[in-house]
Amino acid sequence: MQLDAKIPGGPLETKWDRHRFELKLVSPANKRKFDIIVVGTGLAGASASAALAELGYQVKTFCIQDTPRRAHSIAAQGGINAAKNYPNDGDSIWRLFYDTIKGGDFRAREGNVYRLAQVSNLIIDHCVAQGIPFAREYGGLLANRSFGGAQVSRTFYAKGQTGQQLLLGCYSALMRQVAAGQVTMLPRREVLDLVLVNGQARGIVVRNLITGAIERHAAHAVVLATGGYGNLFQPFTTNGMGSNVGAAWRAYKRGAGFANPCFTQIHPTCIPMHGDYQSKLTLMSESLRNDGRVWVPKQAGDQRRPEDIPENERDYYLERIYPSFGNLSPRDIASRAAKFQCDQGKGVGATGRAVYLDFADAIKRLGRAEIAARYGNLFQMYEKITGEDPYQTPMMIYPASHYAMGGLWVDYNLMSTIPGLFVLGEANFSDHGANRLGASALMQGLADGYFVIPYTIGGYLAGTALAEVNESHQSFTDAEMEVNAKISRLFQIRGSRTAASFQIDLGHIMWEYCGMSRNDDNLQKGKKLVADLRQEFWENLTLPGSTGEFNQSLEKASRVADFLEFGELVITDALARRESCGCHFNEAFQTEEKEAKRDDAQMCHVAVWEYGGEGQEPIFAKEPLVFEFVKLVERSYK
Amino acid sequence: MSPETINLTLKVWRQHGPEDQGRFTTYQADNIPTDASFLEMLDIVNERLTVEGEDPIAFDHDCREGICGMCGAVINGRPHGPEKETTLCQLHMRGFQDGDTIVIEPFRARAFPVIKDLAVDRRALDKIIQAGGFISVNTGQAPEANSLPVPKANAELAFDAATCIGCGACVAACPNASAMLFVGAKISHLALLPQGRPEAAKRALAMVAEMDRLGFGNCTNHKECQVECPKGINITNIARLNREFIKAAVKSAEEIPIFPAGQPEALAMGANE
Ligand SMILES: Cc1cc2nc3c(=O)[nH]c(=O)nc-3n(C[C@H](O)[C@H](O)[C@H](O)COP(=O)(O)OP(=O)(O)OC[C@H]3O[C@@H](n4cnc5c(N)ncnc54)[C@H](O)[C@@H]3O)c2cc1C
Ligand code: SF4
Ligand code: FES
Repeated sequence: MQLDAKIPGGPLETKWDRHRFELKLVSPANKRKFDIIVVGTGLAGASASAALAELGYQVKTFCIQDTPRRAHSIAAQGGINAAKNYPNDGDSIWRLFYDTIKGGDFRAREGNVYRLAQVSNLIIDHCVAQGIPFAREYGGLLANRSFGGAQVSRTFYAKGQTGQQLLLGCYSALMRQVAAGQVTMLPRREVLDLVLVNGQARGIVVRNLITGAIERHAAHAVVLATGGYGNLFQPFTTNGMGSNVGAAWRAYKRGAGFANPCFTQIHPTCIPMHGDYQSKLTLMSESLRNDGRVWVPKQAGDQRRPEDIPENERDYYLERIYPSFGNLSPRDIASRAAKFQCDQGKGVGATGRAVYLDFADAIKRLGRAEIAARYGNLFQMYEKITGEDPYQTPMMIYPASHYAMGGLWVDYNLMSTIPGLFVLGEANFSDHGANRLGASALMQGLADGYFVIPYTIGGYLAGTALAEVNESHQSFTDAEMEVNAKISRLFQIRGSRTAASFQIDLGHIMWEYCGMSRNDDNLQKGKKLVADLRQEFWENLTLPGSTGEFNQSLEKASRVADFLEFGELVITDALARRESCGCHFNEAFQTEEKEAKRDDAQMCHVAVWEYGGEGQEPIFAKEPLVFEFVKLVERSYK
Repeated sequence: MSPETINLTLKVWRQHGPEDQGRFTTYQADNIPTDASFLEMLDIVNERLTVEGEDPIAFDHDCREGICGMCGAVINGRPHGPEKETTLCQLHMRGFQDGDTIVIEPFRARAFPVIKDLAVDRRALDKIIQAGGFISVNTGQAPEANSLPVPKANAELAFDAATCIGCGACVAACPNASAMLFVGAKISHLALLPQGRPEAAKRALAMVAEMDRLGFGNCTNHKECQVECPKGINITNIARLNREFIKAAVKSAEEIPIFPAGQPEALAMGANE
C-alpha cells in the first residue's frame, strides 16, 4: 500500500497557507456541476455538508437517525478547545499544537495537528456567529474552563451540552442549505457499501431503513463522516446505540487503509456498571475534574460509607502521583490509575470497580448554586441513573470506552487511500495520535468539515479526470448484489441467539482482553475468542422479520457482523505495536513507575492495515512519523 | 448489584406500518430490575420476544442519555412517562411498582405518522427549521468572536431555549398537536441574541407559516407542553414567539419578504443576504 501523507514542506506555520495556495480551484460556475455525497451528520458531516453547499456544490447527505440533528456528537458534554488565549494565561497556537501532540504521546503528524490548532480560532468565531449560546462572563464576553492535559483554560463550553449546541449550529446551517436546494437530505439511510469506478470512489449503496429498499447513489466524490467505533466495547462504552464501524469497514474492504485501530480511548469518568441488562455506561464529563477530587480509601476492602471515612484515611491518588496536573491528568493516565487502585482492592461501591469523584470541597468553596450552574445537568443525569444525589454523597465513577483515535487512514487532504474517498471527524485517524485530549474531538470535527474539506476536495475535483458515471453502472449493480447476498445470508442462519447478545459478548471479550491494560497472552486469547464468536454468529443468529420493512434487528445484526470482523483487526494491531503509548498499554512495555514506555526507535509510525481478502490476514504498511519541530520526550504530568 | 426486580404487565401499541390500523397487545414482563431504564426494560422484553420467534417492539432511541431526542413514547397517557423533565431513556424502573400495568403508545399527531409500533416520523420538525430556524452566515464570514458581547442574562436565556432536543413530546402532549413550544424555543434562542436580530421578523413569520402548513394545530394555551417537556422548556418562549410574530406582522408584509415555505429567497444562489 502506497502511503503518501502529502504534508507540505516549509515551516510549520506556513504549511497550510502554502498548501491552500497550491491547491487547484474549482471555479464558482463549475462547482454546481459536481455532486458530493456526505455520509454522516455529526459535527464533521453536517459542517462539511453545509460548507460545501455554501460554496455551490450539489450535496447529498445521509444519516441513520430519523433526523440529522441526532448524530452522536449531540452527546458531547464538556467543551471545545481553541487557542484564543482570552484568559491571557499563556495559550497560543503553538501551545495548543504542542499539548495535542504530547497528549497523543507523539504518535500524530505535526503538520495536521498544527493546522488544527491554527483553524481552532475560526471555529469559535463561526459558531458564535451562528448563535451558539456559549457560556459568558458578566461583561458579556466568552468564558473558558480547563480540561485534562492542559495547564491553560482554553475550553469553550455551553454548560454540559456543548456538543448539542455545536451540533444544532451545524444542523441549522445544513437545514438552511436544504431549504436552498443545495443539499438533499436523506435520513434513515444506512450505507452498506462503497462503489468504486476506475479505482475512484463514485458512490454508495444504502438501505432505506423505513422501507428496506436498497438504493444506489452516485457522485463525483464521497465523504465519510460516520463517527467512531467505541461500541466495539458495548456495554462498556459511552457511545450511543447507533454508533458503528460499518461504513468505514466496508470502505476498508474496498481498499481503504485502516490506521491504528488499537488506539481506543478509555474515559476515566463514567457511571459504573450495575447490572447485566445495561446497554451502555453514561459519561460524566471530564470537566467535572475541574472541581471534583478523585479518591479511594487508603485501606483495601474499607466498607465504610464515604462520609464516614476521615480525611487522613483517603488517598487522593491523582493529586498524590501527578502533583502538577492532579485531577486534570490526561484520560489514559487517569483511567489506568483508577484500574490500578481497584485491582489493589481499594475500589468502592457494590462491585468494587469504582472510585469516588467528590465535590464536597468545591461545594464548600463555591457554594451549591455555583456548582449547579457549572454542572447542573450532569448532576441531574447522575441522580436519574443511580438514584443517588451527588450534592450529598460523592459520585462513583469508573472508566469506559469512549473514543476511537484510530480510523481510516487519510493524507493531509483528508483523502483515504481510495482516490475520491475523504474521511472526516472521528472516523479518520488523523490528529490525536495514541490518546485524545478532552475537548479536541469537537474541534477536529468542525475543523475538518468547515475549514479543511472545502479546500481540499476542490483540489481533488479540479485536478482529477472523472468519467461520466451514474447509478446504472455495472459497479453499482455488483455492489448491490453483494449487499443483498449478505442480507440474505443473515436471514438464512435461523439459529437461536439474538444479534444484541453477540454484541454484548464481543464487548466483554474486547474489554477483558484488549482493554485498558493489555498483554500478548490475553491479546492472543482474545483474538481466538473473537474468531470463535464470529463463527458462532454465522451459525446461530436468529433474525426476526424480513428485509423489506422497518427492521431494527436487521440493522443491529448487520452492524454486529462488521464489528465481529473489525474486533480481530483491532487485536492484530495491538499485537503488532511493540510498545506502550497513550491509550495502548502493553504490560511488557512500562517504566518503573508503571507508565507507558514508548519505543521511538522502532515504533514511531502510523500502523496502516490493508484488507487481504476473505479469510486472509490483513497486510501491514507503515507511515513513518517525522518530527521536525518538536522533540520527543517522555510524557510527564508529574 | 441491586437484585431487586418487579413483574409488570405491558399493553403495547403494535402497528406494522402507516397503513395498518394498529392495536394494543399485552405482554408479561417479569423479573425487570428496578435499576434498569425504561428502554433497557424494553430491550429485555425484545430479547425474549425475539428468542420466542415473535416480532420485537420497534422503538427509536440512540444516545440513551436524554440528549439526542430520538426516544419517546406515551406511557400511561403521558409523553416520556410520569417523571418531570425526564426523557423516556432516562426514566428508570424504580419509579414503578411490582404488579403495575403500563400502557405504551407512540406519540400521536397528524404531523407525525407512525412508521412502526412506537417509531414515528418527525421530519416535519426539520421542515420547520428549514423555514428559518438559522442565522444566515456562511463559513468564513464570521467576525472575531468577542467583538460581539452578549449580556450574560441573554446568553443564559438563549441557552435555556436552545436546549430543546426536538423530541416532539410537546406536540404529543398538546390537545391540538401544536408545535408552538418547539417553535417558540428556536425563535427565542435566536431572537435573544444580537446575531439573530437581523432576521428575527422574517424568521418568526416563516416558521409559523410552515408549522401551519404542515398540519400542526394552534396553541390555545393548555400548557400541557410545558408540563411534559423533558428539557423544561418554559412557555414564556411561546409568549416571546407571539411577541416576535406580532411585531413582524405589524411591520407589514411589504417590508419583509416572506418566502414560500421551503425555499428562502436568494439562498438558492448561495448568496449571502
Ligand atoms: C458521551 C460523549 C461525550 C463527549 N464529549 C466530548 C467533549 O466534551 N468534547 C469533545 O471534543 N469531544 C467529546 N466527545 C467526542 C466527540 O463527541 C465525537 O468524537 C465527535 O462528536 C464525533 O463526531 P463525528 O461527526 O465524527 O461523528 P458522529 O457525531 O458520531 O456522527 C456520525 C454520523 O454518521 C452517521 N452514520 C454512521 N454510520 C453510518 C452509515 N453506515 N450510514 C449512514 N450514516 C451513518 C450517523 O447517523 C451520524 O450522523 C464525546 C463523545 C461522547 C460519546
Ligand atoms: S420543546 Fe421540549 S417537548 Fe418540545 S421538542 Fe423541544 S424538548 Fe421536546
Ligand atoms: S435516546 Fe437520546 S434522548 Fe432518549
